[in-house]
Amino acid sequence: MAAEETHHVAKTFMDHLPVLQVVIPLFAAPIIIFIGKRSLAWPIAFAASAAAFVISCLLLMQVLDGGFISYHVGGWAPPLGIEYRIDAASALVLALISGIGTIVLPFAYESVKAEIPKKNHTLFYACFMLCFTGLLGMVATGDAFNVFVFLEISSLSTYVLVAQGAEHNKRALTAAYDYLIMGTIGATFFIIGLAMLYMATGTLNMADLADRIAEEGTNRTIRAAFAFIVVGMGLKVAIYPLHHWLPNAYTFAPSAVSVFLAATATKAAIYVLLRFMFSVFNPGFVFEEWTLYIVFIPFSLLAMFAASFVAVFQTNIKRMLAYSSIAQIGYMLLGIAMLNATGLSATLVHLVNHGITKAALFMGVGAMLLYSGGAFYNNLNGLGRKMPLTGAAMIASGLSLIGVPGTAGFISKWVLVQAAFENGWWIIAIAIMLSSLLAVIYVWRIFEVLYLTEPNPDSTAKEAPITMLIPMWILAGACIWFGFDTELTLGSAQVAAEGLLAGSAGMAH
Amino acid sequence: MHHHHLILRVVTKMLVGAIMLFAFYVQFHGDFSPGGGFQAGVIMAVAFILYGIVFGLDKAEQVFPPWLVHKLVALGVLLYAGVGVVSMLLGYNYLDYDAFSPHHPSHGQHWGILLVELGVGITVTGVMVAIYYAFAGRPPPMKDEDW
Repeated sequence: MAAEETHHVAKTFMDHLPVLQVVIPLFAAPIIIFIGKRSLAWPIAFAASAAAFVISCLLLMQVLDGGFISYHVGGWAPPLGIEYRIDAASALVLALISGIGTIVLPFAYESVKAEIPKKNHTLFYACFMLCFTGLLGMVATGDAFNVFVFLEISSLSTYVLVAQGAEHNKRALTAAYDYLIMGTIGATFFIIGLAMLYMATGTLNMADLADRIAEEGTNRTIRAAFAFIVVGMGLKVAIYPLHHWLPNAYTFAPSAVSVFLAATATKAAIYVLLRFMFSVFNPGFVFEEWTLYIVFIPFSLLAMFAASFVAVFQTNIKRMLAYSSIAQIGYMLLGIAMLNATGLSATLVHLVNHGITKAALFMGVGAMLLYSGGAFYNNLNGLGRKMPLTGAAMIASGLSLIGVPGTAGFISKWVLVQAAFENGWWIIAIAIMLSSLLAVIYVWRIFEVLYLTEPNPDSTAKEAPITMLIPMWILAGACIWFGFDTELTLGSAQVAAEGLLAGSAGMAH
Repeated sequence: MHHHHLILRVVTKMLVGAIMLFAFYVQFHGDFSPGGGFQAGVIMAVAFILYGIVFGLDKAEQVFPPWLVHKLVALGVLLYAGVGVVSMLLGYNYLDYDAFSPHHPSHGQHWGILLVELGVGITVTGVMVAIYYAFAGRPPPMKDEDW
C-alpha cells in the first residue's frame, strides 16, 4: 500500500459549527452520567445548551442571505456520506430550540428540585440533554435516515422525561406510555416512508432525493412514501386527529419538561414536515397540492375550532394550554396549506412566536405549582395577587396567545390573514379571527382565576424564586418585543419561506 | 444456597470465559469478518446475563456492579463522540478518521473504526446488562425453594 500524500486544509472552528451544534449537547449527556455528581449535572447541561445557542446564532447569521452551509460528516461527500445542511429555515428552528433549552434550564433548577426525586436528578439532566440533541439533530441534518435516528433519540428521551412526573401524579406513567405507543407508530410510519423512498430512488440524502424525484417523476411508491411520511410526522406534530397523546403528556410531565416540549418538540416535527414537503418533494408535486387542500385545510380548521373549544372547558390549566397548543398547530398547518410565501412565513414565524408564548405560560404554571399543589383552576385561585410578577408574565404571554396587537402572537396571525387574502380565501381569514375569539375566552379564564377569585385561605404562596422569574420574564418580554420588532423573527421567516418554496437547493459540490 | 442445577453451574463456569473470548474476537476481528461492536457487545453481555441467570442476580452484581454498568454505558458513547472530537481538533471533519494518520489515510480509517466500534461494544454491553438488571431486579413472586 503506497503512502499517498493528500493535500488537506485544516478546518477551523467556524467550519465545524453545523456538527458542533449537535455534538456539544450529545457529548454533555454521557459526561453528566460518567461524572455522576448531582451538583455538576445542571452546570454541564446549562453550559452545553448555552454553547449550542451561541452556535445556532452564529449559523443563523451566516445563512440569512438565503444560502446554505453543507458539512460532510466523516469527510465522506454526500450523497454517500451523511450531510449536515443548514439554511435559513433550519437555522431559525435551531435558534428557537437551543434558545428555549438555554432559558428552560435555569427555570428547571428549582422546578426539578421540587418535582423530581433527588436520586433521579443526574439522569434527568442527561436525558434532557439527549432530548435536546435529538431535536437539534433532526433539524440540522440533511440526511433522511439521520432524521429518523435523531427523531428516535429525542422521542425515547422524551418518554422518560414525561414519566418523571410520576412522583407528583402517577398518571404521568400512562401518559408517557400513550406517548410511547403513538410516537412509535409515528416513527414507524416515517421509516416505512423513508424505506419506500430509498427503494424508489436509491438514495437517502435529501437534496439527492429531491433531484431524483424531479428527474424520474413520480410513481406510486413515491406517492405512498409521501403519505407515510406525512402521517408519521403528523403524529409527532399532533395534527388534529392524531393529537391524542399530547394533552396527557403535557399535563402530567414535570413543569420544566412541559415548557421544553411545548416550545420545541412539535416545532421540530413541523420543521421536518416542511423539509420533506418542500425540499424533498417539490412544491409542484401534484399529489402534494391535492393533499394540502383536501387534508390539511379541513383538519387545521378543525384543530383551530375544536381544540380551542375543548380548551375552553378544561379545569386543569396545563391541559387547557395543551389543547391550545393543538389549536395553534392548526394555524401553522393552515399556513403550509396556503402554499404561498406569505403563508409559509406565517407558519415559520408562528412556530417561533408560539414556542416563546407557550413556554412563558407553562413556566408561569410551573412556578405556581411550587406552592399550589395542583394545576387545577381551583388550586390556582387568586395566585396572581400573591405572585404578582408571575401572574403578570402569564397575562402578557396570554395576550400574545390570543394575538392582541403589540404582541408576537398578533404578528403571526396578521401574516396568516394576509396570506389568506393573497389566495382570496376570505372565509378562512374570517375563521382565523373567529377562532382567536375562542382564545380570548380561555385566556380570560386564566385572568379570572388568577386575579378575580379569593386566594385559598391556607395558601402559603409567595413570589416565585428569581431563577424562575428571570427566564419567565425573558420569554414574556420576548412575546412583547417580537410584537414590535419583527426584523429578526419575521425577517428570517421570510427568507426561510422563500428558500423552502424554491424547492431543493440541489446537491452541494 | 444453590444446591441444585449442578450441571448447569459447571457448564456455565466453563462457557462464560469462552463466550467472552468470542465477544472479543467478534469485536476486534469485526473489520475483517462479520461482526462489530453491536454483536460483540451483545455477546459480552450474554456472558454476564448467563452468569446471573444461573448463579443469581446478587452474584452477577458482585462481578459487574450496577454503578459500573451505568458508567460503561456513558463511557462507550464518550469514546465514540470523543474520536470525532479528536479528529475535529486535528483539523479534519467530525469523525473523519483520516486525521489519525494523514500520510496514510487507510491506516487512519482503520484506527478510527476500531476505536468507534470499541465504543459501540462497551455501550451495548452496558445497556444489555442494565436492561437485564432492571428486569431481574424486581422482587420475584415466588422463592426458589417454594417450587
